[in-house]
Amino acid sequence: MHVGLMHYLILSALLFCTGLYGVVTRRNAVAILMGIELMLNAANINLVAFNRYVAPTAVGGQIFALVIITLAACEAAVGLALVLAAYRTLETTQVDEINIMKW
Amino acid sequence: MGELGAFIVLALVTLIPAVVVVTSHNIVRAAFSLVPSFLGVTGLYILLQAEFVAGIQVLIYVGAITVLLLFVIMLTEGGTGVRLRQVNEQVPLGAMAAVWLAFVIIVILTRTVWPVGAGSPPPYNATAIGNAFMTDYVLIFEATSLVLLVSLIGAIVTARGEE
Repeated sequence: MHVGLMHYLILSALLFCTGLYGVVTRRNAVAILMGIELMLNAANINLVAFNRYVAPTAVGGQIFALVIITLAACEAAVGLALVLAAYRTLETTQVDEINIMKW
Repeated sequence: MGELGAFIVLALVTLIPAVVVVTSHNIVRAAFSLVPSFLGVTGLYILLQAEFVAGIQVLIYVGAITVLLLFVIMLTEGGTGVRLRQVNEQVPLGAMAAVWLAFVIIVILTRTVWPVGAGSPPPYNATAIGNAFMTDYVLIFEATSLVLLVSLIGAIVTARGEE
């Protein structure tokens, strides 16, 4: 049996849903960022797989995967800086305890 | 057969640590589980003949983002204790949502006919990627550089605090 586009798409869907579960159920802001990283990886697998199977002679999918990796690094840096700032003032990183802007 | 075997092994190497990442009660263990998951994705890129993306994946995800996450975990010890409850009350709902979404996506994927392109990828694709970045995608390249610079400054300003 040959490995086709469908294998990669299904794997990426499963990885995305795993990350989504982490984002929805975690209380710690750092763990939520880990779930977001898993979801971004799932998107990257999709891009590179489409590049390989739909347009093998082009490199557009890999270009977009590289851009997403760069933006994921930006997002992690800014997100973790925000976590540190919130921890300095509120003494917690549990997102359900950071509710001083509620109502 | 060899390709399918490699794909299955890499898929398991990617998915099993990913499940540990989202379910482990020890957050340091969750952060370390990201490493095999990212390395499995790297193997998938190599299987897809995207060697340059695989190298960047190792450098940035495995090398930088995981270390950054571990640093923040160590600096915010008030939120990372093993005795703290790490999940909220939405676990059944979240599991249902994730399984339902996976089911819907897979049903949609299997009912869609994807176009298949012919041809083989460029032999050493770092050259092709560099050329594409400097010609067709130069605007994206510039915009990404700007976002990187802005987020770097923003992260420093946000994390520094008051003097």
